[in-house]
Amino acid sequence: MKKEWPLWEVFVRSKNGLEHRHFGSLHAADAEMALENARDVYTRRNEGVSIWVVESKNITASNPEHNAELFEPAQDKVYRHPTFYDLPDEIKHM
Amino acid sequence: MSEAQIKSLEEEFEARIARDEKIEPKDWMPEKYRKTHIRQMSQHAHSEIVGMLPEGNWISRAPSLRRKVALLAKVQDEGGHGLYLYSATETLGITRDEMFQQLHSGKAKYSSIFNYPAVTWADIGAIGWLVDGAAIINQVALCGTSFGPYARAMVRICKEESFHQRQGYEITLKLAQGTPEQKAMAQDALNRWWWPSLMMFGPKDDESPNTAQSMKWKLKRKTNDELRQQFVDQTVPQAELIGLTIPDPELKWNEEKQGYDFGEIDWDEFWQVVKGHGPCNKERMKARVSAWENGEWVRDAAIVYAEKQQDKKLNKAV
Repeated sequence: MKKEWPLWEVFVRSKNGLEHRHFGSLHAADAEMALENARDVYTRRNEGVSIWVVESKNITASNPEHNAELFEPAQDKVYRHPTFYDLPDEIKHM
Repeated sequence: MSEAQIKSLEEEFEARIARDEKIEPKDWMPEKYRKTHIRQMSQHAHSEIVGMLPEGNWISRAPSLRRKVALLAKVQDEGGHGLYLYSATETLGITRDEMFQQLHSGKAKYSSIFNYPAVTWADIGAIGWLVDGAAIINQVALCGTSFGPYARAMVRICKEESFHQRQGYEITLKLAQGTPEQKAMAQDALNRWWWPSLMMFGPKDDESPNTAQSMKWKLKRKTNDELRQQFVDQTVPQAELIGLTIPDPELKWNEEKQGYDFGEIDWDEFWQVVKGHGPCNKERMKARVSAWENGEWVRDAAIVYAEKQQDKKLNKAV
């Protein structure tokens, strides 16, 4: 039996009001151990108030090689931005 | 892929780095970039882990509770830094076990500095002050490196390291202000750690063939000799302030270059230690390998327990 402990991704909320942010990854045998290890590895100096761990294999990532198909369609849609619309200078607060 | 296609990909890749764009793990990268990063990052991780050994030895013998909690926290940080770096390296497609395997078999290197013994309490001061000081200079330069996960790990590490150096300097300072015996102990530690600390910046520039490539990939922002000079210039006044003497008769302020001239490093010693013949190479590896082997049953048991819990959950669901 030569099984490596699975890899987990760690997300930490640094304080209430902020979103959880990816902090890094670590190995642990199960979710509970992953949380405990994340506490020791990533929050030794009060960096967080909440931790999420998710096994890395459960994350589906987009492929950067497909970035063109995926993200370019947004590039020619300037009408999604407020600056696309011409308004008279007298109009304030809009 | 044809050779021409690879060449154009490589050119685009180099251009991205030149524009200060970061490279992320799933991006296309030249095989040499991947390999060089796996080598450098895993060696960096190994250095953090092996670096716990000379200091860990002193935790139970720290002279006060204040010193003990600080040293304990520092050694725990080194472990944490190793873990950040191992997981950053894994994003390049090598497993943690493969990296351990390379360390334990001697295929992967770690910083030679940890092959010197920490023989007195004053060594803990010298290690924090000089070794962490030198490491910080190297690491600050890496915060802007091109590979995203490495740069992010370095930012975290640099933030945490400055306490390491300060606690080391404080230990040295207190000894230097103590009894004549304590001061002599601090001086003795400085004498032994000074030259190995200068060696931490690696071979001289004209004997460091990879420097040009490393500069391009921002694995280096300054050359070995530039960083070494920076270390000498910042450390000499720190020694003077507490009345200790740098063990180098050739050390002299050079008004023209606004820096210190210093003596030649014993490069034979440097290469001897790199090649495995330092005072503690064998001892360090023995400690690492035995920790790994003695922990095997725990790792295996934890996996079996996790699988059992998983099965229980599934059975309940049915």
